[in-house]
Amino acid sequence: MTITLTHFLLISAVLFTLGLYAVLTRRNAIMVLMGVELILNSANINFLAFSRFGGMDIEGQMAAIFVIILAAAEAAIALAIVLNIYKRFNTVNVDEISFLKD
Amino acid sequence: MIPELNIALAILFIPLISFLVLIFFGKRFMERAGLVGATFLGIDLALAIYILVARLSSGEVWDFTFTWIDFHTVVNNVPLRLDIGIMVDNLTAVMLIVVTLISFLVHLFSLAYMKGDVRFSRYYANLGIFTFSMLGIVLTNNYLLMYVFWELVGLSSYLLIGHWYEKKSASDAAKKAFVVNRVGDLGFFVGIMIVWMQYSTLTYTGLFSAIGSGVIPFDSSAWLTAAGLLIFCGAVGKSAQFPLHVWLPDAMEGPTPVSALIHAATMVAAGVYLVARTFPMLTADALMVIAYFGAVTAFIAATIAIVQNDIKKILAYSTVSQLGYMVMGLGVGAYTAGVMHLVTHAAFKAGLFLASGSVIYAMHHALHHLHDHHTDAQDVRHMGGLKSKMPVTFWTMTIFTLAISGVPLTSGFLSKDEILAGTLAYSHFTGHTIIPIIGFLVAGLTAFYMFRMLILTFMGEHKVAERFEHIHESPRVMIVPLMVLAALSFFIFFSLNPINASHGWFFEKMSYPTVAVPEALASTPTAEFVEEIHHQHSLAMILSVSVSGLGILFAFVMYFWKRVSADSFEQALKPVHTFLYRKWYFDELYDATAVAGTLGIARLLAWFDGAVIDGIVNGAAWVTKMVAVMSSKFDSLVVDGAVNFTAFFAGMLGQTVQKVQTGKVQTYMIFAIIGLMLLLALYV
Repeated sequence: MTITLTHFLLISAVLFTLGLYAVLTRRNAIMVLMGVELILNSANINFLAFSRFGGMDIEGQMAAIFVIILAAAEAAIALAIVLNIYKRFNTVNVDEISFLKD
Repeated sequence: MIPELNIALAILFIPLISFLVLIFFGKRFMERAGLVGATFLGIDLALAIYILVARLSSGEVWDFTFTWIDFHTVVNNVPLRLDIGIMVDNLTAVMLIVVTLISFLVHLFSLAYMKGDVRFSRYYANLGIFTFSMLGIVLTNNYLLMYVFWELVGLSSYLLIGHWYEKKSASDAAKKAFVVNRVGDLGFFVGIMIVWMQYSTLTYTGLFSAIGSGVIPFDSSAWLTAAGLLIFCGAVGKSAQFPLHVWLPDAMEGPTPVSALIHAATMVAAGVYLVARTFPMLTADALMVIAYFGAVTAFIAATIAIVQNDIKKILAYSTVSQLGYMVMGLGVGAYTAGVMHLVTHAAFKAGLFLASGSVIYAMHHALHHLHDHHTDAQDVRHMGGLKSKMPVTFWTMTIFTLAISGVPLTSGFLSKDEILAGTLAYSHFTGHTIIPIIGFLVAGLTAFYMFRMLILTFMGEHKVAERFEHIHESPRVMIVPLMVLAALSFFIFFSLNPINASHGWFFEKMSYPTVAVPEALASTPTAEFVEEIHHQHSLAMILSVSVSGLGILFAFVMYFWKRVSADSFEQALKPVHTFLYRKWYFDELYDATAVAGTLGIARLLAWFDGAVIDGIVNGAAWVTKMVAVMSSKFDSLVVDGAVNFTAFFAGMLGQTVQKVQTGKVQTYMIFAIIGLMLLLALYV
């Protein structure tokens, strides 16, 4: 059995769904961030798959590298935010942080 | 302009100046206001005497006419313009003397009579404007100005009758005089309009020459008769003829000298003067109606005068009766006799009123002295025996009474005699025998009631001795006018012949005017009529002297010798007495018809005003109010409702949607993803 683009896309989709699920369901902000990482990585798989099987060539890999850099930056900033949230609310449970409501 | 007319104008305007001076500066003159008025009138009288003398020695008529308004159009081939002016003929000259003389004497008399009155200067001012208006009537040469002055007389008599307007009866009497006069004046005005429409001229000469040229209004002789009778309506009002005589007795509420001036000599004479002026245009039919009106008036008033007890009321009804006599005289065609009776009556009736004023003055002072405020100072039953206390008043009053009764040697005899001869001649030509019968009957009645008044007032015993003590002769300024008028009540001033005036200066100068109406419509030609009067004269004289004598005799029998009790007569003829005492129920009749009708219409109109007009106004207000209420309801319910609903709806919506906003990031994310998926499902 040959591995085709479809397999990659399936894995990517599963990964995206898992990430999305984590983002939407986890109470812990850190877990939410980890979900975001999963989503970003599923996008990376897509980029690489399209680089290999589609017509994107090197551009797909370039975009994946950008995404990795972006994810690193995101993780740094998001974790800083989470730290600040913890400082302020003494919790990282996103259900309890509903100040947007007011 | 003829120089004499300048003097005539001066005569006219001097009383007006007197009025203006006294009305504006009267208060400053205080007690002397009367003297100011009397001085003006004295000058006026002197000028009037000059005019009369100059007039009688001159031939032509002094007439000055100018065009007041020119309409620059031609109607019925006559240029349409209003001509006015003044004219002095013999009639005017004599009337000038009558008016100024009586007015002057009244001015003098009032100096004492009205002394201490609250509105002394205004009284004299009103006398001035009255004299002015009256002189205006006799001086104009056209119906237009005459109508103007006619109304002015109405106004000034209103002011004079209502001089003591604090008294309800006086203000009512003034109103009554004014309103009743207006009724007659309406007819007068319509008559003037008929004449104006047809002839486009209102001057006497122009009008009579137009009629004389054979033009008849609207080609119908009935219209000419109607015009004459409508103008006569004015005389019915002013001269207190039946059926408009009711105002004159009430007008006795005015001061007594006023009664002498306006109700004896001038205002009431204006109507007779009007008939005399209009005489040339009166048709035979019109004259007959006028004669009957005069006769009926004379009779009704004489019967009422018999039973009255108020001295002024007796004189008032005798005035009405004598005015009826004059009108009857003119109506039967005895022009000069009618005018002469106007002049002689003016003198002796003014005298009678002034003498009664003198009596009332004395009675009033006596009653005042005794602090008696209940006894009526004018009731003849409270008088009696005044002869010894007031000799001058008594003797002058006796002369006046003889004159009005038509006793020979007096002026009244001459004029009354001529009128009666005229009625006899009239019945000879036309067969209206009722007129001379009424004439002689009234002559007898007049003598009776006048002597009744004289006897009750001056003869017999005074009933209250204490009061009698305090009665004194009036001051000289009051009795001098009486003496002057008494002197003028003798025949000598009118004719040298004491039993027949027809050759005296008066008849010579006051000749019959040329009749203007076409021969077919006119009454008996003047020459024939005068001839017949001469035939009837002796008969008239004998009859009139005997009926007067009978009347006087009855008066003495009943009231002096008391052979026949007046009271038992009264009891025996109770219904008749009541009927006469209540003045033939004329006032009641008018109250029930004219007054009640007017009030009814007024009430109807008031109701209409209150119910319909006010209803419409109130209805409009109600509708406006209702619209306002509805609009406010609409505002508060619909507009506010819409606004509130919008707000409420927005609130509701907000409340509902608010629930979605949990503040939880993950929820938002779910929404975003669902939204994305929906978009994808829709567009991909």
